[in-house]
Amino acid sequence: MIEFVNVSKEYDNNVKALLNIDLKINKGEFVFLVGSSGAGKSTLIKLLLKEEQPTGGKIILNDMDITKVKNRRIPYIRRNVGVVFQDFRLLPNKTVYENVAFAMEIIGANPREVRRKVPMILSMVDLSKKASSFPDQLSGGERQRVSIARAIVNSPPVLIADEPTGNLDPDTAWEIMKVLSEINGRGTTVLMATHAKDIVNNMKKRVIEIHEGKIVRDEQKGGYGNGISDN
Amino acid sequence: MGFRIIKNIIKQGFQGMWRNRGMGLASVSSISAVLMILGIVLILILTINNVVLEMKTKFDEIQVFLEDDLLNEDLDLIETQIKESEGVLSVVFVSKEQGLEIMKEEWENEAYLLEGLEENPLQNSYIIQLKDIEYADNVVKKLKTINGVDDVKYYKDIIDKLMIFANYIRFGGIIIIGILVLVSIFIISNTIKLTVAARKREINIMKYVGATNGYIRGPFIIEGILFGLIGAVFSILLLNYGYEYFFKSVNDKLYVLFTVYLVSPSLLIKDITIMFTVIGVGIGALGSIISLKRFLNV
Repeated sequence: MIEFVNVSKEYDNNVKALLNIDLKINKGEFVFLVGSSGAGKSTLIKLLLKEEQPTGGKIILNDMDITKVKNRRIPYIRRNVGVVFQDFRLLPNKTVYENVAFAMEIIGANPREVRRKVPMILSMVDLSKKASSFPDQLSGGERQRVSIARAIVNSPPVLIADEPTGNLDPDTAWEIMKVLSEINGRGTTVLMATHAKDIVNNMKKRVIEIHEGKIVRDEQKGGYGNGISDN
Repeated sequence: MGFRIIKNIIKQGFQGMWRNRGMGLASVSSISAVLMILGIVLILILTINNVVLEMKTKFDEIQVFLEDDLLNEDLDLIETQIKESEGVLSVVFVSKEQGLEIMKEEWENEAYLLEGLEENPLQNSYIIQLKDIEYADNVVKKLKTINGVDDVKYYKDIIDKLMIFANYIRFGGIIIIGILVLVSIFIISNTIKLTVAARKREINIMKYVGATNGYIRGPFIIEGILFGLIGAVFSILLLNYGYEYFFKSVNDKLYVLFTVYLVSPSLLIKDITIMFTVIGVGIGALGSIISLKRFLNV
């Protein structure tokens, strides 16, 4: 599903963000990506989204080497990857319904399909009643659920969550984790970068730890760890 | 790009215009203002152009003054000689009596001054129209050699100066219009840049969700075009009613004669409507494209 083969990334200012990363995530896995700020988590996610180009190696996503994809084709790559951010990134002047429908509209989905699927997804994240609210009328947890709904409405095989609970209180964070597990349970591969120790320790999922651009730990049913990266 | 996607883009354009109407008001009013100035400059140029053309036809004739006491046979001979000159279109004889009548008409209220004259001070004359202004020099030269011709008056200098003046006006007008169009594109692109900057996040999000550049650009361009169009409509209405009012008041109260030189409002509105619509839409679209360019590289 996702494969990094000897991937390195050096930024223009000579900062080596990632060094010879080898990584394989299978279909249907739930993976936590942990590590201190600046360890390279964000760079890894940016490479998957083709926001940045690696300086070496290849990245395979859904059986395609995305490092060789032309700029013009980037939007089509991104349609196979749902993304959820810490700061939600909703369109402020669109309603909840429109925010979700928008993701379908840009790929030219049938309006009947949009009208059928959006309410379905909204009920899945328990937001049916807020369909016509605008983002600034919602709580943080609700906003994040909208952004998750938007990320999965086109049924992407991969969902990337970049610190999705970073702005939420613990109870709300657990709500979000429940939604993400549910999505994972339906077969979507989930890669979640996080600093939330409790969540990682309780979920007992695969944990990949990055430190100074290298993978220093990769264990099944791991914990957040208090190893190298916290010091 | 499918029909559905295009429909979506148009829908989003209208939605964007409505939801950004505060910012839009700024675009619309600056487009309107620029087009208004453009319209006023245009009217000025057209009017000056008209005046020059009118004056040209008035002065574009040669007056031949004849010596006194010529016999009818002499007059016939002179007339044939004039008609035979190359480039002469028509010859009209104006007797000194007719000349005085014309003068009285033109002087209107001051005509009583002419009543006191003991004898007619004017000369018999011919008024010659030319086929083309190019023949003027040769015709004038030949006229002077004809027996019985006292003087030849031709306002070549004035016409030359008028033509040069008219050319300057046209040239200057084109430059002013060009500058105004550039200024308006600059204003619109800046206003839209503000709209776009305010929606940088939005564009960013669209890119993450997998929107193509065309899909992102589309609604903004439609928004720009709509703002341009609304701005154009405003300025067309304002200019039309404003000019019509001006034209009427000039016609009613002031100098009826002066309106000869003014462009008729009905003619103007047609040209201005087409021109402003095209310019409004053009600067709206161009402004959006320019201002979007740098936001699309996410």
